[in-house]
Amino acid sequence: MRRPGLLASTWVLFRKDLLVEWRSRSRINALVFFSLATLLLFSFALGPDTALLRRNAGGYLWLALLLSSVLALGESFRVERENAALEGLRLIPVDARAIFLSKGLANAVLLVALGVLLVPVLVALLDVHLVLPWPRLFGLTVLGCLAIAAPGTLYGAIASHARARDVLLPLLLFPVLIPALVAAAKGTALAFEGDPMEQFHSWVSLLASFDILYWGLGVVLFPRVIEE
Amino acid sequence: MDARMRRGLEIVAVLAVACIFGYAAWVGLAVAPPDREMGDVQRIMYAHVPMVQMMLLAGTILFVCSVLYLFRASWKTDALAEASAELALVFGAIGTTLGAIWGRPTWGVFWAWDPRLTTVAILLVALAGYMALRRFVDDPERRAVWAAVTAIVIAVDVPIIYFSVKWWKSLHQVQSNPRTVDPQMVHALRWNITAFFLLFIVFLVARYRIALAARMREITVPEAGPHAREAVAS
Repeated sequence: MRRPGLLASTWVLFRKDLLVEWRSRSRINALVFFSLATLLLFSFALGPDTALLRRNAGGYLWLALLLSSVLALGESFRVERENAALEGLRLIPVDARAIFLSKGLANAVLLVALGVLLVPVLVALLDVHLVLPWPRLFGLTVLGCLAIAAPGTLYGAIASHARARDVLLPLLLFPVLIPALVAAAKGTALAFEGDPMEQFHSWVSLLASFDILYWGLGVVLFPRVIEE
Repeated sequence: MDARMRRGLEIVAVLAVACIFGYAAWVGLAVAPPDREMGDVQRIMYAHVPMVQMMLLAGTILFVCSVLYLFRASWKTDALAEASAELALVFGAIGTTLGAIWGRPTWGVFWAWDPRLTTVAILLVALAGYMALRRFVDDPERRAVWAAVTAIVIAVDVPIIYFSVKWWKSLHQVQSNPRTVDPQMVHALRWNITAFFLLFIVFLVARYRIALAARMREITVPEAGPHAREAVAS
Protein backbone atom coordinates (compact mmCIF):
# COMPACT_ATOMS: atom_id res chain seq x y z
CA MET A 1 0.00 0.00 0.00
CA ARG A 2 1.29 3.45 -0.88
CA ARG A 3 1.67 5.76 2.09
CA PRO A 4 -0.02 9.15 1.73
CA GLY A 5 2.29 12.13 1.21
CA LEU A 6 3.13 14.78 3.78
CA LEU A 7 0.61 17.31 2.49
CA ALA A 8 -2.20 14.77 2.18
CA SER A 9 -1.75 13.48 5.73
CA THR A 10 -1.38 17.04 7.06
CA TRP A 11 -4.70 17.96 5.43
CA VAL A 12 -6.48 14.91 6.86
CA LEU A 13 -5.10 15.52 10.36
CA PHE A 14 -5.86 19.23 10.14
CA ARG A 15 -9.49 18.44 9.33
CA LYS A 16 -9.55 15.90 12.17
CA ASP A 17 -8.26 18.52 14.65
CA LEU A 18 -10.83 21.08 13.56
CA LEU A 19 -13.57 18.46 13.64
CA VAL A 20 -12.67 17.39 17.19
CA GLU A 21 -12.72 21.07 18.11
CA TRP A 22 -16.06 21.68 16.42
CA ARG A 23 -17.76 18.61 17.94
CA SER A 24 -17.31 19.85 21.49
CA ARG A 25 -16.71 23.59 20.98
CA SER A 26 -15.74 23.66 24.66
CA ARG A 27 -12.24 24.96 24.00
CA ILE A 28 -13.28 27.82 21.73
CA ASN A 29 -16.04 28.85 24.17
CA ALA A 30 -13.64 28.90 27.08
CA LEU A 31 -11.06 30.83 25.02
CA VAL A 32 -13.56 33.48 23.92
CA PHE A 33 -14.65 34.21 27.48
CA PHE A 34 -11.11 34.05 28.83
CA SER A 35 -9.80 36.53 26.27
CA LEU A 36 -12.76 38.87 26.76
CA ALA A 37 -12.15 38.78 30.51
CA THR A 38 -8.46 39.56 29.89
CA LEU A 39 -9.33 42.59 27.76
CA LEU A 40 -11.72 43.84 30.44
CA LEU A 41 -9.09 43.33 33.13
CA PHE A 42 -6.57 45.45 31.19
CA SER A 43 -9.10 48.27 31.02
CA PHE A 44 -9.90 48.02 34.73
CA ALA A 45 -6.27 47.74 35.79
CA LEU A 46 -5.35 50.95 33.96
CA GLY A 47 -8.41 52.98 34.87
CA PRO A 48 -10.66 54.99 32.59
CA ASP A 49 -7.94 56.86 30.68
CA THR A 50 -9.43 56.48 27.18
CA ALA A 51 -6.48 57.93 25.30
CA LEU A 52 -4.02 55.62 27.06
CA LEU A 53 -6.22 52.56 26.51
CA ARG A 54 -6.62 53.41 22.83
CA ARG A 55 -2.88 53.85 22.38
CA ASN A 56 -2.15 50.49 23.99
CA ALA A 57 -4.94 48.58 22.25
CA GLY A 58 -2.53 46.66 19.99
CA GLY A 59 -0.58 45.43 22.98
CA TYR A 60 -3.77 44.34 24.79
CA LEU A 61 -4.99 42.42 21.76
CA TRP A 62 -1.76 40.43 21.52
CA LEU A 63 -1.42 39.88 25.25
CA ALA A 64 -4.98 38.53 25.32
CA LEU A 65 -4.16 36.25 22.37
CA LEU A 66 -0.89 35.14 23.96
CA LEU A 67 -2.47 34.29 27.33
CA SER A 68 -5.33 32.47 25.59
CA SER A 69 -2.86 30.58 23.41
CA VAL A 70 -1.31 28.97 26.50
CA LEU A 71 -4.72 27.54 27.40
CA ALA A 72 -5.42 26.53 23.80
CA LEU A 73 -2.06 24.78 23.32
CA GLY A 74 -2.30 22.89 26.59
CA GLU A 75 -5.81 21.69 25.68
CA SER A 76 -4.80 20.68 22.16
CA PHE A 77 -2.32 18.16 23.57
CA ARG A 78 -4.53 17.05 26.46
CA VAL A 79 -6.97 15.76 23.82
CA GLU A 80 -4.17 13.70 22.29
CA ARG A 81 -2.90 12.36 25.60
CA GLU A 82 -6.29 11.03 26.68
CA ASN A 83 -6.89 7.54 25.29
CA ALA A 84 -3.28 7.62 24.02
CA ALA A 85 -4.51 9.15 20.75
CA LEU A 86 -1.03 10.42 19.84
CA GLU A 87 0.44 6.92 20.17
CA GLY A 88 -2.38 5.64 17.96
CA LEU A 89 -1.58 8.21 15.30
CA ARG A 90 2.11 7.32 15.36
CA LEU A 91 1.33 3.61 15.03
CA ILE A 92 -0.71 4.09 11.84
CA PRO A 93 2.08 5.29 11.06
CA VAL A 94 1.63 8.98 10.32
CA ASP A 95 4.59 11.19 9.40
CA ALA A 96 5.40 13.08 12.64
CA ARG A 97 5.97 16.24 10.61
CA ALA A 98 2.35 16.02 9.44
CA ILE A 99 1.23 15.88 13.09
CA PHE A 100 3.22 19.05 13.79
CA LEU A 101 1.95 20.91 10.72
CA SER A 102 -1.69 19.95 11.31
CA LYS A 103 -1.62 20.73 15.04
CA GLY A 104 0.18 24.00 14.46
CA LEU A 105 -2.18 25.07 11.69
CA ALA A 106 -5.26 24.09 13.71
CA ASN A 107 -3.98 26.09 16.68
CA ALA A 108 -3.20 29.04 14.41
CA VAL A 109 -6.71 28.91 12.87
CA LEU A 110 -8.23 28.91 16.34
CA LEU A 111 -6.14 31.93 17.39
CA VAL A 112 -6.94 33.81 14.16
CA ALA A 113 -10.66 33.20 14.79
CA LEU A 114 -10.18 34.55 18.31
CA GLY A 115 -8.29 37.59 16.99
CA VAL A 116 -10.99 38.35 14.42
CA LEU A 117 -13.53 38.21 17.24
CA LEU A 118 -11.50 40.44 19.57
CA VAL A 119 -10.86 43.32 17.14
CA PRO A 120 -14.54 44.44 17.04
CA VAL A 121 -14.59 44.17 20.83
CA LEU A 122 -11.56 46.47 21.00
CA VAL A 123 -13.31 48.89 18.65
CA ALA A 124 -16.38 48.94 20.90
CA LEU A 125 -14.64 48.81 24.27
CA LEU A 126 -11.60 51.03 23.76
CA ASP A 127 -12.92 53.22 20.95
CA VAL A 128 -10.10 52.41 18.51
CA HIS A 129 -10.44 53.04 14.78
CA LEU A 130 -9.01 50.94 12.04
CA VAL A 131 -6.91 53.38 10.02
CA LEU A 132 -5.12 50.99 7.67
CA PRO A 133 -7.28 48.85 5.33
CA TRP A 134 -8.57 45.77 7.19
CA PRO A 135 -6.86 43.11 5.01
CA ARG A 136 -3.49 44.35 6.26
CA LEU A 137 -4.50 43.92 9.90
CA PHE A 138 -5.95 40.52 9.04
CA GLY A 139 -2.71 39.47 7.34
CA LEU A 140 -0.73 40.66 10.35
CA THR A 141 -3.04 38.69 12.67
CA VAL A 142 -2.53 35.54 10.58
CA LEU A 143 1.26 35.95 10.66
CA GLY A 144 1.21 36.68 14.40
CA CYS A 145 -0.95 33.65 15.20
CA LEU A 146 1.29 31.44 13.05
CA ALA A 147 4.22 32.81 15.05
CA ILE A 148 2.57 31.81 18.34
CA ALA A 149 1.46 28.42 16.99
CA ALA A 150 4.83 27.08 15.75
CA PRO A 151 6.93 27.22 18.94
CA GLY A 152 3.71 26.78 20.91
CA THR A 153 2.96 23.42 19.31
CA LEU A 154 6.54 22.26 19.74
CA TYR A 155 6.63 23.26 23.42
CA GLY A 156 3.03 22.15 24.00
CA ALA A 157 4.04 18.62 23.04
CA ILE A 158 7.01 18.76 25.43
CA ALA A 159 5.13 20.32 28.33
CA SER A 160 2.15 17.96 28.03
CA HIS A 161 4.36 15.05 29.13
CA ALA A 162 6.28 16.83 31.88
CA ARG A 163 5.43 17.41 35.51
CA ALA A 164 3.96 20.84 36.28
CA ARG A 165 2.98 21.23 32.63
CA ASP A 166 0.90 24.36 33.20
CA VAL A 167 3.92 26.16 34.61
CA LEU A 168 6.38 24.84 32.08
CA LEU A 169 4.62 25.86 28.86
CA PRO A 170 4.59 29.63 29.52
CA LEU A 171 8.12 29.45 30.98
CA LEU A 172 9.41 27.97 27.74
CA LEU A 173 7.13 29.77 25.30
CA PHE A 174 6.98 33.40 26.44
CA PRO A 175 10.70 34.29 26.12
CA VAL A 176 10.90 32.85 22.62
CA LEU A 177 7.79 34.75 21.56
CA ILE A 178 8.98 38.20 22.66
CA PRO A 179 10.16 39.31 19.16
CA ALA A 180 6.89 38.13 17.60
CA LEU A 181 4.89 39.85 20.33
CA VAL A 182 6.76 43.12 19.79
CA ALA A 183 6.28 42.98 16.01
CA ALA A 184 2.61 42.00 16.16
CA ALA A 185 1.73 44.58 18.83
CA LYS A 186 3.59 47.39 17.01
CA GLY A 187 2.03 46.45 13.68
CA THR A 188 -1.44 46.38 15.21
CA ALA A 189 -0.86 49.72 16.91
CA LEU A 190 0.13 51.17 13.52
CA ALA A 191 -3.05 49.72 11.98
CA PHE A 192 -5.11 51.45 14.67
CA GLU A 193 -3.20 54.73 14.94
CA GLY A 194 -2.10 55.24 11.35
CA ASP A 195 1.29 54.67 9.77
CA PRO A 196 2.79 57.98 8.61
CA MET A 197 6.36 56.61 8.55
CA GLU A 198 5.54 53.47 6.52
CA GLN A 199 6.89 51.17 9.27
CA PHE A 200 4.14 48.57 8.92
CA HIS A 201 6.07 46.57 6.32
CA SER A 202 9.20 46.16 8.43
CA TRP A 203 7.15 44.68 11.30
CA VAL A 204 5.37 42.37 8.88
CA SER A 205 8.67 41.14 7.46
CA LEU A 206 10.06 40.59 10.98
CA LEU A 207 7.00 38.46 11.77
CA ALA A 208 7.30 36.60 8.46
CA SER A 209 10.96 35.74 9.06
CA PHE A 210 10.09 34.61 12.60
CA ASP A 211 7.40 32.36 11.10
CA ILE A 212 9.71 30.84 8.50
CA LEU A 213 12.43 30.20 11.10
CA TYR A 214 10.23 28.60 13.76
CA TRP A 215 8.00 26.60 11.41
CA GLY A 216 11.18 25.22 9.82
CA LEU A 217 12.68 24.38 13.22
CA GLY A 218 9.38 22.82 14.31
CA VAL A 219 9.17 20.55 11.27
CA VAL A 220 12.76 19.39 11.82
CA LEU A 221 12.61 18.99 15.62
CA PHE A 222 9.04 17.84 16.34
CA PRO A 223 9.55 14.20 15.23
CA ARG A 224 12.27 13.89 17.90
CA VAL A 225 9.98 15.36 20.56
CA ILE A 226 7.20 12.78 20.25
CA GLU A 227 9.32 9.69 19.63
CA GLU A 228 9.39 7.09 22.39
CA MET B 1 47.59 8.37 35.87
CA ASP B 2 46.46 7.57 39.39
CA ALA B 3 43.78 9.49 41.27
CA ARG B 4 46.15 11.33 43.64
CA MET B 5 48.35 12.67 40.86
CA ARG B 6 45.28 13.78 38.97
CA ARG B 7 43.91 15.51 42.03
CA GLY B 8 47.25 17.28 42.49
CA LEU B 9 47.30 18.44 38.87
CA GLU B 10 43.77 19.76 39.28
CA ILE B 11 44.74 21.77 42.35
CA VAL B 12 47.76 23.21 40.52
CA ALA B 13 45.59 24.14 37.54
CA VAL B 14 42.98 25.86 39.73
CA LEU B 15 45.70 27.76 41.63
CA ALA B 16 47.26 28.86 38.31
CA VAL B 17 43.88 30.13 37.10
CA ALA B 18 43.42 31.99 40.41
CA CYS B 19 46.85 33.66 39.98
CA ILE B 20 46.10 34.71 36.40
CA PHE B 21 42.71 35.99 37.55
CA GLY B 22 44.31 38.01 40.32
CA TYR B 23 46.91 39.49 37.95
CA ALA B 24 44.23 40.36 35.39
CA ALA B 25 42.14 42.09 38.06
CA TRP B 26 45.19 44.09 39.19
CA VAL B 27 46.00 45.14 35.60
CA GLY B 28 42.39 46.15 35.04
CA LEU B 29 41.97 48.03 38.32
CA ALA B 30 45.40 49.60 38.83
CA VAL B 31 47.63 49.49 35.74
CA ALA B 32 45.29 50.46 32.91
CA PRO B 33 44.57 54.22 32.74
CA PRO B 34 41.10 55.53 33.60
CA ASP B 35 38.96 56.55 30.63
CA ARG B 36 39.12 60.25 29.68
CA GLU B 37 35.32 60.65 29.59
CA MET B 38 34.04 57.95 31.93
CA GLY B 39 36.83 57.80 34.50
CA ASP B 40 37.13 54.73 36.69
CA VAL B 41 33.62 53.50 35.84
CA GLN B 42 35.04 52.34 32.52
CA ARG B 43 37.02 49.63 34.34
CA ILE B 44 33.77 47.67 34.61
CA MET B 45 34.37 46.88 30.93
CA TYR B 46 37.24 44.55 31.88
CA ALA B 47 34.75 42.24 33.59
CA HIS B 48 31.61 43.03 31.59
CA VAL B 49 33.03 42.27 28.13
CA PRO B 50 34.69 38.93 29.04
CA MET B 51 31.65 37.71 30.99
CA VAL B 52 29.23 38.42 28.17
CA GLN B 53 31.68 36.82 25.73
CA MET B 54 31.71 33.71 27.90
CA MET B 55 27.89 33.77 27.85
CA LEU B 56 28.00 33.71 24.04
CA LEU B 57 30.63 30.97 24.10
CA ALA B 58 28.53 28.90 26.50
CA GLY B 59 25.47 29.45 24.30
CA THR B 60 27.45 28.20 21.29
CA ILE B 61 28.64 25.11 23.20
CA LEU B 62 25.03 24.49 24.29
CA PHE B 63 23.85 24.65 20.68
CA VAL B 64 26.61 22.36 19.34
CA CYS B 65 26.07 19.78 22.13
CA SER B 66 22.30 19.81 21.59
CA VAL B 67 22.64 19.23 17.82
CA LEU B 68 25.20 16.48 18.45
CA TYR B 69 22.90 14.85 20.98
CA LEU B 70 20.03 14.69 18.52
CA PHE B 71 22.28 13.05 15.91
CA ARG B 72 23.93 10.62 18.30
CA ALA B 73 22.59 10.25 21.83
CA SER B 74 25.31 10.37 24.49
CA TRP B 75 25.19 11.26 28.17
CA LYS B 76 28.40 13.23 27.72
CA THR B 77 26.96 15.76 25.30
CA ASP B 78 23.82 15.96 27.45
CA ALA B 79 25.87 16.69 30.57
CA LEU B 80 28.01 19.25 28.74
CA ALA B 81 24.83 20.94 27.44
CA GLU B 82 23.46 21.18 30.98
CA ALA B 83 26.75 22.60 32.27
CA SER B 84 27.06 25.20 29.50
CA ALA B 85 23.42 26.30 29.86
CA GLU B 86 23.92 26.99 33.53
CA LEU B 87 27.17 28.85 32.90
CA ALA B 88 25.58 30.92 30.13
CA LEU B 89 22.88 31.93 32.60
CA VAL B 90 25.33 32.78 35.40
CA PHE B 91 27.90 34.64 33.28
CA GLY B 92 25.16 36.39 31.32
CA ALA B 93 23.28 37.50 34.42
CA ILE B 94 26.39 38.87 36.17
CA GLY B 95 27.73 40.42 32.95
CA THR B 96 24.41 42.13 32.32
CA THR B 97 24.22 43.39 35.90
CA LEU B 98 27.73 44.86 35.54
CA GLY B 99 26.61 46.48 32.28
CA ALA B 100 23.63 48.00 34.08
CA ILE B 101 25.87 49.40 36.83
CA TRP B 102 28.07 50.94 34.12
CA GLY B 103 25.00 52.18 32.25
CA ARG B 104 23.61 54.23 35.13
CA PRO B 105 26.40 56.86 35.21
CA THR B 106 27.16 56.60 31.48
CA TRP B 107 23.76 56.37 29.78
CA GLY B 108 21.79 57.77 32.73
CA VAL B 109 19.70 54.60 33.13
CA PHE B 110 20.30 51.08 34.40
CA TRP B 111 18.28 49.51 31.63
CA ALA B 112 17.10 50.58 28.18
CA TRP B 113 15.06 48.63 25.65
CA ASP B 114 17.90 48.64 23.16
CA PRO B 115 18.07 45.61 20.80
CA ARG B 116 21.28 44.26 22.39
CA LEU B 117 19.87 44.43 25.91
CA THR B 118 16.51 43.04 24.83
CA THR B 119 18.02 40.04 23.03
CA VAL B 120 20.27 39.26 26.00
CA ALA B 121 17.28 39.48 28.35
CA ILE B 122 15.37 37.07 26.10
CA LEU B 123 18.29 34.62 26.19
CA LEU B 124 18.54 34.75 29.99
CA VAL B 125 14.81 34.23 30.56
CA ALA B 126 14.73 31.44 27.97
CA LEU B 127 17.69 29.73 29.68
CA ALA B 128 15.82 29.90 32.97
CA GLY B 129 12.95 28.08 31.22
CA TYR B 130 15.44 25.52 29.92
CA MET B 131 16.74 24.88 33.44
CA ALA B 132 13.13 24.50 34.65
CA LEU B 133 12.42 21.98 31.89
CA ARG B 134 15.40 19.91 32.98
CA ARG B 135 14.03 19.77 36.51
CA PHE B 136 10.44 18.99 35.51
CA VAL B 137 11.13 15.88 33.41
CA ASP B 138 12.01 12.71 35.32
CA ASP B 139 12.91 10.29 32.53
CA PRO B 140 16.58 11.08 31.70
CA GLU B 141 16.34 10.10 28.03
CA ARG B 142 13.23 12.14 27.32
CA ARG B 143 14.69 15.01 29.33
CA ALA B 144 17.84 14.96 27.21
CA VAL B 145 15.94 14.98 23.89
CA TRP B 146 13.49 17.68 24.93
CA ALA B 147 16.22 19.80 26.46
CA ALA B 148 18.22 19.52 23.22
CA VAL B 149 15.19 20.60 21.14
CA THR B 150 14.53 23.53 23.49
CA ALA B 151 18.19 24.55 23.44
CA ILE B 152 18.26 24.67 19.64
CA VAL B 153 15.19 26.91 19.61
CA ILE B 154 16.78 29.17 22.24
CA ALA B 155 20.22 29.26 20.59
CA VAL B 156 18.75 31.07 17.56
CA ASP B 157 19.09 34.13 19.79
CA VAL B 158 22.90 33.83 20.20
CA PRO B 159 23.96 35.10 16.73
CA ILE B 160 21.22 37.74 16.93
CA ILE B 161 22.79 39.04 20.18
CA TYR B 162 26.21 39.21 18.55
CA PHE B 163 25.05 41.01 15.42
CA SER B 164 22.34 43.14 17.09
CA VAL B 165 24.72 46.06 17.62
CA LYS B 166 25.79 45.98 13.97
CA TRP B 167 22.30 45.56 12.49
CA TRP B 168 20.38 48.14 14.53
CA LYS B 169 23.12 50.55 15.68
CA SER B 170 21.19 51.58 18.78
CA LEU B 171 22.33 52.68 22.24
CA HIS B 172 24.82 49.87 22.98
CA GLN B 173 28.15 50.42 21.22
CA VAL B 174 29.45 47.99 18.60
CA GLN B 175 32.35 45.62 19.24
CA SER B 176 35.68 47.46 19.54
CA ASN B 177 38.88 46.21 17.98
CA PRO B 178 42.49 46.67 19.10
CA ARG B 179 43.10 49.45 16.55
CA THR B 180 40.44 51.71 18.09
CA VAL B 181 41.43 51.14 21.74
CA ASP B 182 44.42 52.43 23.70
CA PRO B 183 47.19 49.73 23.85
CA GLN B 184 47.23 49.75 27.66
CA MET B 185 43.50 49.10 27.74
CA VAL B 186 43.87 46.37 25.11
CA HIS B 187 46.51 44.77 27.34
CA ALA B 188 44.20 44.80 30.37
CA LEU B 189 41.23 43.56 28.39
CA ARG B 190 43.21 40.70 26.86
CA TRP B 191 44.43 39.55 30.27
CA ASN B 192 40.90 39.68 31.64
CA ILE B 193 39.44 37.80 28.67
CA THR B 194 42.09 35.11 29.22
CA ALA B 195 41.38 34.98 32.95
CA PHE B 196 37.62 34.74 32.53
CA PHE B 197 38.05 32.14 29.80
CA LEU B 198 40.16 29.96 32.10
CA LEU B 199 37.67 30.47 34.93
CA PHE B 200 34.91 29.48 32.55
CA ILE B 201 36.76 26.29 31.60
CA VAL B 202 37.28 25.39 35.28
CA PHE B 203 33.58 25.90 36.03
CA LEU B 204 32.55 24.06 32.88
CA VAL B 205 34.66 21.00 33.66
CA ALA B 206 33.48 20.91 37.28
CA ARG B 207 29.82 21.33 36.38
CA TYR B 208 30.12 18.80 33.55
CA ARG B 209 31.50 16.19 35.96
CA ILE B 210 28.67 16.79 38.43
CA ALA B 211 26.06 16.54 35.66
CA LEU B 212 27.58 13.38 34.25
CA ALA B 213 27.82 11.77 37.71
CA ALA B 214 24.20 12.68 38.45
CA ARG B 215 23.13 11.16 35.13
CA MET B 216 25.09 7.98 35.74
CA ARG B 217 23.47 7.60 39.14
CA GLU B 218 20.04 8.21 37.63
CA ILE B 219 20.37 5.48 35.02
CA THR B 220 22.10 2.92 37.25
CA VAL B 221 20.03 3.43 40.43
CA PRO B 222 16.78 5.12 39.33
CA GLU B 223 15.27 4.78 42.83
CA ALA B 224 18.00 6.99 44.25
CA GLY B 225 17.32 9.83 41.80
CA PRO B 226 16.31 13.35 42.87
CA HIS B 227 12.61 12.65 42.35
CA ALA B 228 12.56 9.19 43.88
CA ARG B 229 10.40 10.15 46.82
CA GLU B 230 7.77 11.76 44.59
CA ALA B 231 7.74 8.71 42.33
CA VAL B 232 7.03 6.49 45.33
CA ALA B 233 4.33 8.85 46.59
CA SER B 234 2.41 8.97 43.30
